[in-house]
Amino acid sequence: MREPIVLHGRKVVGGVTEGPALVTHQAISGWGGVNARTGTIIETRHELRGQSFAGRVLVFPGAKGSSGWSGVFHTARLAGTAPKAFIFNRMSTKMALGAVVTGVPAITDLDRDPLEVIETGDWVRVDADRGIVEVFKRDPEALPSEASHLS
Amino acid sequence: MRLQPDEEAMLDGREGPAVQQAMALLVQYGEALGAERMVDVKNVCGANIFTPAQKQLAGGGDPAALFSQWSLNSDRPLSIPPVRVYSCQLIGPMDREAWAVQGMRPEDAQAILASEAFSAQLGIQLMNTCTPYQVGNVPVKGEHCAWMESSAVVYINSVLGARSNVEGRESAAAAMLTGKVPYWGYHIPENRRATHLVWVDWDVESVMDWGLLGYWIGEVLEDEVPVIDNIRHVPNLVRLKHFGAAAASSGGTELYHIPGITAEARTVEEALQGAPPRRVWHYGARERRETWEHLNSTGRDPEVDLVMIGCPHASIEQIWEVCRLLNGRRVHENTELWIFTPRALRHLADRNGYTEILEKAGARLMSDTCPAIGQFLPKGTKVVAMDSAKQAHYLPAIMGVQGWFGSVADCVEAAVTGRWQGGLQ
Repeated sequence: MREPIVLHGRKVVGGVTEGPALVTHQAISGWGGVNARTGTIIETRHELRGQSFAGRVLVFPGAKGSSGWSGVFHTARLAGTAPKAFIFNRMSTKMALGAVVTGVPAITDLDRDPLEVIETGDWVRVDADRGIVEVFKRDPEALPSEASHLS
Repeated sequence: MRLQPDEEAMLDGREGPAVQQAMALLVQYGEALGAERMVDVKNVCGANIFTPAQKQLAGGGDPAALFSQWSLNSDRPLSIPPVRVYSCQLIGPMDREAWAVQGMRPEDAQAILASEAFSAQLGIQLMNTCTPYQVGNVPVKGEHCAWMESSAVVYINSVLGARSNVEGRESAAAAMLTGKVPYWGYHIPENRRATHLVWVDWDVESVMDWGLLGYWIGEVLEDEVPVIDNIRHVPNLVRLKHFGAAAASSGGTELYHIPGITAEARTVEEALQGAPPRRVWHYGARERRETWEHLNSTGRDPEVDLVMIGCPHASIEQIWEVCRLLNGRRVHENTELWIFTPRALRHLADRNGYTEILEKAGARLMSDTCPAIGQFLPKGTKVVAMDSAKQAHYLPAIMGVQGWFGSVADCVEAAVTGRWQGGLQ
């Protein structure tokens, strides 16, 4: 395995986990933008429309839209469709409360822009307690099936 | 976080386990934000009415257990004490009288009414609207609040000068029980400064144009604070209700300034608090056209199944306007016209004779909920026409329908003729 790229940031919610990344450059609307029962993005013109964050490390600019953000991710936790971790750039009340009630590791204020460093399909290890994100770049040839359905 | 003695006492459990859980949640939330302390709030709006589906997902339990899980993020059922400060229920999942129209089963309606009754018994005011500011909860300038409902928060922050962040269900409920929220974001005067200047090169006057401008601002500015210059006509409550709701849907606008009109800025310079804007934006004919196209991007078929008016909940003026636009005509046999208004305004509509006018025309006046929140439509609905950019943003995504956005006159014409003929003038 190649050496990981290491990013340092601030703990939002503690914990350690790892998983494949799902990256978007567009903010995510919780209520009205996500189907919590499946973890799927449903916002009409969103670049991730139809894709699910369940079991993946969600890398995104931040939260937008309705105040139901935390409620939707709270539902995702109980439905078992929550992301494995949140890595994001822009703090907001929606984002902070959403991360707390989802109860998964969450990190912000990273020393490099995670949206530039991390791509969908990269393997990401998150140690929120220490504020560390390790990114193992995806080998495009090693994962043809994963890569083929990603737009 | 640095806690005051009363906050420490709550966290230590001296006010009981529910208040302890509420304070622990607020501390976690405050630390996640990076807040240094709490602020006292005496005006809270939240959402604590639960559906049978939510009960099932929480693993069952009585109303207190549901409140513990969904409102306080506690897997353990707690005994819930009365609220400590003035607290109001926002829009909920069901019209307490017209639930059969929603296609709801009687046992599910009973469960929702029981959930509502539990909130009332805690001391929560059952306003059941996304617009508490239309029915008597009108914060004053500088008043610290803890409100959910993005369209209401942007209204009270901007138009009235109240200080609230967009809270979520769990933080609002915790604030109801403690009278506290983290001192962060728009509670802090410096953060209320405009960061971007929007120059409006269009004569924005109609409700539709205010919706378009708001939707565009949210799209380009996300959650930044704009000061909006060159507004030539003083808007009213309905226009700013639609404007803020649109901006809070496409982006995350929680505060804006319009010099001479909103609460905290007499001039552009005052809104910017002496600093230069990070960027100056231009809104003109091209931006307006693109925004209209975005809002109509799901519309294809002209045959309209439902016309929905009242997002955010309609004012009495809007109900009166719909009655006038109908002008004695009937709603088309293949189309429904649904109008949503706060229950308290519904009583006024009844008294004024508007409910009767609407019912005779074949339209329906509803309260307490909306199609997006309650997730219901007339059976077989594929195409919905709306006068609200917010509803046009959310309803196609949530319900998988086509959406048309236009003026209230376009909407009433669609209801009468059964066909969408709206367009950009």
